Amino acid sequence: MGETRLNRTNSIAKNKKKPKQGHKKNEPLKLSKVAMKSSAKASKKALLLPPDLLKKMFHLMVRSRVLEERMIQVYRRGDAYFWIGGPGEEAFGVALGLQVHKGHGPEYDFLHLHYRCTPTLLAMGMKDEDALRLIMNKATDPCTGGRNFSNHYCFPEWNVAPVSSPIGIQYGIAIGTAIAQKRRGTGVSIITGGDAGSAEGDFASSLIWSSRPGSELPMYITIQNNKWGISTNYDEQHGEKHVSDRGKPFGIRTGVYNGNDPVEAYLAIQSDLAYIRKTGKPVVSEFTVSRLYGHSSASGANRILEEACCLEQFEKKLVDNKILTSSECQKIKDEYFETIREKSEMIREEPSPTADTLWDNTYVNNENADWRKF
Amino acid sequence: MANMAQAIRLALHYAEKNLDLKDIFGQDVGEPLGGVFTATQGLSTTWNTPLDERGVINTAIGLALAGDRCVAEIQFCDYIFNTIDLLKYAGNLNWSCNGNYNLPMVVMTPVGAGIRGSVYHSHSFDAWATRLPGWKVVMPSNPLDAYGLLLSAIQDPNPVLFLKPKALMRVKGDELIPGEPADERELKNRIDAPVGGDRSRWKPQWPDVQEYAVPFGKAKVVQEGSDVTIVTYGRHVGLAKEAMDKLNGVSVELIDLRSLYPYDWQTIKNSVLKTKRVIFLNEDTEVTNFGEHLAYRVSQELFYHIYAPPKVLAGKNLPGIGLHAILEENSVPQVEDIVHAVQELMAQEP
Repeated sequence: MGETRLNRTNSIAKNKKKPKQGHKKNEPLKLSKVAMKSSAKASKKALLLPPDLLKKMFHLMVRSRVLEERMIQVYRRGDAYFWIGGPGEEAFGVALGLQVHKGHGPEYDFLHLHYRCTPTLLAMGMKDEDALRLIMNKATDPCTGGRNFSNHYCFPEWNVAPVSSPIGIQYGIAIGTAIAQKRRGTGVSIITGGDAGSAEGDFASSLIWSSRPGSELPMYITIQNNKWGISTNYDEQHGEKHVSDRGKPFGIRTGVYNGNDPVEAYLAIQSDLAYIRKTGKPVVSEFTVSRLYGHSSASGANRILEEACCLEQFEKKLVDNKILTSSECQKIKDEYFETIREKSEMIREEPSPTADTLWDNTYVNNENADWRKF
Repeated sequence: MANMAQAIRLALHYAEKNLDLKDIFGQDVGEPLGGVFTATQGLSTTWNTPLDERGVINTAIGLALAGDRCVAEIQFCDYIFNTIDLLKYAGNLNWSCNGNYNLPMVVMTPVGAGIRGSVYHSHSFDAWATRLPGWKVVMPSNPLDAYGLLLSAIQDPNPVLFLKPKALMRVKGDELIPGEPADERELKNRIDAPVGGDRSRWKPQWPDVQEYAVPFGKAKVVQEGSDVTIVTYGRHVGLAKEAMDKLNGVSVELIDLRSLYPYDWQTIKNSVLKTKRVIFLNEDTEVTNFGEHLAYRVSQELFYHIYAPPKVLAGKNLPGIGLHAILEENSVPQVEDIVHAVQELMAQEP
């Protein structure tokens, strides 16, 4: 099996078999007019962020992409049962992760993320190793101890709630953390989710409960609209122009942004979080993003060449603005490729869960939950 | 003596004052109603929610993730079914994240028939609840146990389902809650809001109730006996007592399970080893009923010690409970059904 290497020939990128997706080949991902305008503006805004921050964002985006592509390889090599993730969402994810007020307890931000959040967590400080431990279901996996799928992160030290497989419930659960936060300070409950998941009733709950008159909640309700729910196209299922428009009847501030542009995403998130911290009120923001490898390993995890790549776009912008050279960009990619490959080899040798841990943590402190022992 | 609604109210008041209970919420839980059974009347941390059961359970999960203790109410268990995946999620959360987070949350909901509640105010939930690993599930049969079980639930670090037998909400107990005024009229005057009129100026005068915990996993032997064991909980404890009064010459040992999961197997086992006959009695539907699990365990572990097959007496496997009294009474076990089941069991010889 060939190895994935960014911007180099590899078995995944070579696979030009037409993916089973709804929009036509070579048709660009449809962005809203608002997003298109915002995108145009963002190219000028690129230099508004400090060069060091732009470089940091590029590093994190590359690292996240390399890590996700490595995880696909881990799956293909037979070292994981399943891969699911969000390569293509690095611009939004990194921009978010860099701006979280990170810590433990309701004084800090809470994160209710979905399964496409590797870039956010890397930006917050997650180790590559921990993502690899999770997908390889090792006993050393700090998030689930080998019990759950890839990208189902959980880091209580940073208020990262467990990523749930039931789609959309994170929008509802965030109501509770936001109530706890509101009585203590300026922490925000940040929710990420896909456009398909916004059809779940829990999304409606988040709008209704966060905007109760006099009891508004500090919730950052975000949607990463990649236009897909597994194989079902957004345009066939949603009559609303933008998902975020659903916040308008509740008097909630809304916005639509180009989530493929890290600078536009960064500035939008910065503004939204400042508003929420100041007012204690919710915001609904939609970020249009790409889905570069389909939904999961179940759909092949092959590179979708028709989708816009935020990393390529950002690299071009950095090179055009002389913040990095092409060779520097390539060097960064090569270095992450090697270090993450080495880490995956190391983690491969780590121990698996043992059967005697099966009942652990069914109840707190391992109180017996096995009826055979009652 | 306090009735069960008052006992629940007193427990919640105690928890607000002493156990850092921060939120009691659900549809109509706050002012002015204080719950459809008035079990949350006059409390200081209650609030009303939108009519959104999923929102209620989601919010409880979120509060618990943040470490804030809460009691959430689903107004009737008949309306909890659209939250079943959230209950599943709450039950597996601590396990699936390998202990990274726990959920110290209580969900209480009225269950069962007995008030002519028709199709959607008569469901039971114990069979469903006991299929939610990670939860603890309790159901009191009297006000004192309601008080003690609820205080245990609020202090437990795991999610707890507190099932309220709705037919017992106005039934008084025969044991005082610690700190409860002996004069029930005084209790009523102090903690029951005036019926009708303006309640805005009314404030409860709470008695100085005390800590009292009923530990989970501990059944209560309501009456000792030697011929047959009845294991039940909730309102069927009272119905079993009535049946026992009609069973002349049969010595029945009555066990109030109180805690459905974890359950007190040792008390069940010791009783069955003594009586050698057992009925598991409840009103949830009979197919994949919780009593079937207990009967299975008896048949597996005590088979060579018993005189008759363990019996499950439960609600008929109907889609609902019909409104008419004849329909309701023929759907879930009544006193005569219990008498008949005991007699049937006694007729079997080894």
